[in-house]
Amino acid sequence: MSNILPVVFDGIAYGSWLFLMSAGLTLIYGVMRILNVAHGSLYALGAYAACSFAGAWLNGGLPAAGSFGMLLLAAIVVGGLVGPLLERGLLQWMYGKDEVVLVLVTYAVFLIMEDVIKLVWGVDSLLLPEPYALPGNFSLGGLAYPVYNLLLIGMALVTGLALVWALYRTRQGKLLLAVIHDREMSMAMGINVSRFYLATFTVGATLAALGGALTAPTVAVTPGIGVEVIVLAFAVVVIGGLGSLGGAALGALLVGLVRSATVRYWPEAELFSIYAVMAIVLIARPKGLFAVQEARKI
Amino acid sequence: MKALAAAAVAFALLIALALLAPQWLVFMAMLALAKGVVVLGLVVLMRTGLVSFGQGLYFGIGAYAAALLSHQWHIADAAVMLLAAAAAGGLLAALLGLLLARYRDIFFAMLSLALSMILYGLLVKSAALGSTDGFNLHARTFFGIAFASGMERRVFLIAGSACAVVAALMVHRLLDGHWGRLASAVRDNELRVSYLGASPYRVVYFNYLIAGTLAGLGGALAALAVGHVDPETTYWTTSGEFVFIAILGGTQSIMAPFVAAAIFETLRTIASQYAPNVWQMSLGLAMLAIIMFQPAGLWSLAERWRRSA
Repeated sequence: MSNILPVVFDGIAYGSWLFLMSAGLTLIYGVMRILNVAHGSLYALGAYAACSFAGAWLNGGLPAAGSFGMLLLAAIVVGGLVGPLLERGLLQWMYGKDEVVLVLVTYAVFLIMEDVIKLVWGVDSLLLPEPYALPGNFSLGGLAYPVYNLLLIGMALVTGLALVWALYRTRQGKLLLAVIHDREMSMAMGINVSRFYLATFTVGATLAALGGALTAPTVAVTPGIGVEVIVLAFAVVVIGGLGSLGGAALGALLVGLVRSATVRYWPEAELFSIYAVMAIVLIARPKGLFAVQEARKI
Repeated sequence: MKALAAAAVAFALLIALALLAPQWLVFMAMLALAKGVVVLGLVVLMRTGLVSFGQGLYFGIGAYAAALLSHQWHIADAAVMLLAAAAAGGLLAALLGLLLARYRDIFFAMLSLALSMILYGLLVKSAALGSTDGFNLHARTFFGIAFASGMERRVFLIAGSACAVVAALMVHRLLDGHWGRLASAVRDNELRVSYLGASPYRVVYFNYLIAGTLAGLGGALAALAVGHVDPETTYWTTSGEFVFIAILGGTQSIMAPFVAAAIFETLRTIASQYAPNVWQMSLGLAMLAIIMFQPAGLWSLAERWRRSA
């Protein structure tokens, strides 16, 4: 029992991180029908911005605990600036195009942002170990375990609950559900759909940046960190069913647990296992676990 | 007849290039040709309205098949390598196609992506195949005839050109006829194709098979040119590159993938020489410009120019 506990805990922590990434992705797809490849670059931007913000904070000799606030601030700044910029500046001209074409458009954005990041922050690795080391460790089944991971899990829970609350319990959220259900009818009823698109994309972008900002203290931030993340988030979202928030949560937890179990018992299969889960789910349920079947139309 | 003439001219030009050009140009031409062959397969698939974000799977399988022949079994004949790579790609596509042909749109794209990432995950962790570093391959003969030194790549380019020209002609014949129209019909309205008594599943499956075979062939060509294989060949960014070239050229002509691949390789060589840090950015900007202003690809420019002349 004692050696299963860390595996489960690891899986949940990794799953929480995955959920932060994929919640934004699935939200944007659900509302706008855009499978956003640029989600990976927003993640990278979040990580870089976190390094800059928290780095400046710590260099200024301010109390180290405040660097957590800087991580959140970095995510909000990135999401709040780049999200609207992308949606108003580019994506709003693309609505109505084929879903696959939209994937290509966001892929192009992804390529552009990769180089923008290199131009702004350079190609060297950035390190930001303080927020990770600061809270210290706790003991779990005889193993020392970073408290930071608990914070990550808490963050994912708070985010998930906030999203559910905003979607199902507020007036704006219910309007958004109407937009998801039938875009044209909502327009006819006087809902300003383009404003909801802007808001959705901004929230999704902020979530991606948040995922990046919270990862920054645990890794070396280097060019290309968004490349791997984006296909991982795809896998999670597709497993859960595109556009389903609950699906993303379940998918993230599933992938997180499978990954931590394979890392523990069969480390060679780490990457393989994640995509194998995705392939198996898609074979059994072609549209993912929680997707609604659509009627075929002529 | 016109296609045949164009193919003959292209082949003659490629042979001249292979014999006369400096080594670096021969190398570039081989890479462009390899990618052109892969993209040709992708274009066949796109005629049915499906975009695969996982052609790197077959590209990698082809490259590794060729490399394994020389590495494990000491078969160093380039012709055998090319045939084996195409066969390996085709076999795998025949198997996976059974599954993938049931999927459409974004799900087809994502599942093909996942399958290529599975192979990537396997290759990265397999120490016997050199993990992330990959390994080298050497081809010493072609149909049993040994190369004179310094001639390898020139011979590869001629062999690759022959393969590409034959493949392009076959695809041209196929798409020009009944099958090509059926493929377009599947893209336009699949349900009606079923009502009319044809099987969309079979069209998609067969086109996927062609795409897999050609990608395998392209993988071997690239491996022969570089003399090295690594898991990067199966990574999703490689697959993305193929999609980019396909969009750049457009799906209307059989020549377009090759022209687009040549443009792509040229740009990449220039960019990596003079502006390595903005290379991806220029790619992205070009892609956006094409999607917005030339959605049918660069080839439609040539068509328009020809019509007005």
